[in-house]
Amino acid sequence: MTNPTPTYRADNGVDVEALLGARAALTDAPEGARFKWRATSQWVNGTHSRATVDGFFGLGSEQRHRRSFEFDSDHPEIFAATDNGATPVEYVLVGLAGCLSAGIASVAQNRNIQLHSVRATLEAGMDLQGVLGIDEHVRNGFDGITVHYEIDADATPEQIAALVAQSQKRSAVFDIVANPTDISVTASKA
Amino acid sequence: MTRPGGAPRVVDVVVVGGGHSGLAMSQALSQRSVDHVVLERGEVANAWRTERRDSLRLLTPNWMCRLPGQPYDGGDPYGFMTAADVAAFIARYAIRVRAPVVAHSTVLRVAPTAGRYLVGTDGADWRCRAVVLASGACSRPVVPRLAEDVPASVAQWTVRDYRRPADLGPGRVLVVGASATGLQLAQEIRRSGRPVLLAAGEHVRMPRLYRGRDVQWWLLASGVLDQRIESMDDPVRARRLPSAQLVGSDERATLDLGTVQRDGVEVCGRLAAVRGTQALFSGSLRNVCALADLKMNRMLETFDAWARARGLEGEVGAVQRFVPTTVAASPRLSAELGRDVRTIVWATGYRPDFGWLDAPVFDGRGELRHDRGVVAPGLYVLGLPFLRRRKSSFIHGVEADVQELAAHLFEHLDRAAGAMRSRVAAAAGGR
Repeated sequence: MTNPTPTYRADNGVDVEALLGARAALTDAPEGARFKWRATSQWVNGTHSRATVDGFFGLGSEQRHRRSFEFDSDHPEIFAATDNGATPVEYVLVGLAGCLSAGIASVAQNRNIQLHSVRATLEAGMDLQGVLGIDEHVRNGFDGITVHYEIDADATPEQIAALVAQSQKRSAVFDIVANPTDISVTASKA
Repeated sequence: MTRPGGAPRVVDVVVVGGGHSGLAMSQALSQRSVDHVVLERGEVANAWRTERRDSLRLLTPNWMCRLPGQPYDGGDPYGFMTAADVAAFIARYAIRVRAPVVAHSTVLRVAPTAGRYLVGTDGADWRCRAVVLASGACSRPVVPRLAEDVPASVAQWTVRDYRRPADLGPGRVLVVGASATGLQLAQEIRRSGRPVLLAAGEHVRMPRLYRGRDVQWWLLASGVLDQRIESMDDPVRARRLPSAQLVGSDERATLDLGTVQRDGVEVCGRLAAVRGTQALFSGSLRNVCALADLKMNRMLETFDAWARARGLEGEVGAVQRFVPTTVAASPRLSAELGRDVRTIVWATGYRPDFGWLDAPVFDGRGELRHDRGVVAPGLYVLGLPFLRRRKSSFIHGVEADVQELAAHLFEHLDRAAGAMRSRVAAAAGGR
């Protein structure tokens, strides 16, 4: 339906054949589908920490990113902090945007829809009376997240809406944010 | 009747289940004079007599209800049968086709043995060349594992136990699941005066009437119900599709998240977890509604295109589009179990139950493996969702499946008989 001519092939830089191949392979070998994502974090000073991401586990063995990636997190100056990086809550928005946009590109590729631009604007409300312990009834985290996508693509508005809906359905970060996740935090003396 | 463990009786085919599928297969077997029995744990159409709630009506209009050799011949073609009507329709069919039903015979074990099957029941045992599993798709209500975490102070009902709102205690009721059943229950429980919270995950939205015709007419006439499983991109997902949000009523009313919200039902996201006394709901409600609206509109577009191509524009009403589903500004993310929510009704689907089938025919998830109803040589299954066609689990859908699977079964019997003749001939020294 999205194919104007039989020879038209959208190119969004997604190797959809590889993704579909992986889906088929991991259906037959579910143990290979069990991944472990990892990050380490080193406190620097004040509210400034530096996290590093380099290795993960998947397809039955240890894997490495092409190089290691570092992420500074801090609080802004209005909190009398040093503002050496995005706040941790902003990283949540970064993760959500990255996940949904990757999904949009993959779904568009699979549906043979050429994307020209995909721009997401995210906003999350948060009442600081929660984290500051002023009001017990206010939660620490976001009271809601809004995401708006502005997409230029060779597709109808309905097809674009379907891309965005499908990417939410298949998004890991959307699921992590929208649904409860069990967290275990332990500590030991170094 | 012989006692369990006695010498098995011999028959060519055993059909397990005296519902519409088993009886339709029996009719096909009788037409070919194949010696068979239909084993039924109760009376024919047992589940329709004993396991259905008071308000249940079929989701398909009467004119669609037909079995091989028995069309609907009542006076209300646009009405919707109650469970008792369906039971009567099926019972009439059993008499019409003179089905050799063994009533009150519960199958305890089916096992392959030396090219045949042994069927053990609480009465006689049977040895046969072929078995047809027609015990239905709705044997076991599915309840998610998190039900185990629900505090004991909350009463829990499955769709099999639930009969009527009056059986529920007072207080808020959480209905889990937004299929036809979930929405119907949410609506009738709300109308009984109880506050109702409906947890909605992915669902299928459909208007009852579209352009003046029943949506089931559109699905049937445009060929959607005849789509074959092998033409589906993702057959596994096609088979797992929840039932569309429909209700059979005299008013031919539409039932969707909008209509139940107008009745005062509060809609929230999928039940994601139970932690202590808190039920936690997903923040994905808007997206599952958007997905359902988009899919419904795509379906209506295919209807419109089909009507145009067939030149039916003058015969059906004008093109319609329905308002997008609206949800609360901030749908609730949690509910207090016990003090607030006192009852949970699990409308989370049904699965077939082949626990008595002792053969290596199940996949890693415990689901029956089959190729469009052929489970193993001489072993067949009928009536599962999208078994061969989208209509396979409908009453009117069984006819086409039975025709094809019966043909396969006859070949199997012929081969078995041929092999037997060769063995006899070989034993006699002839060629």
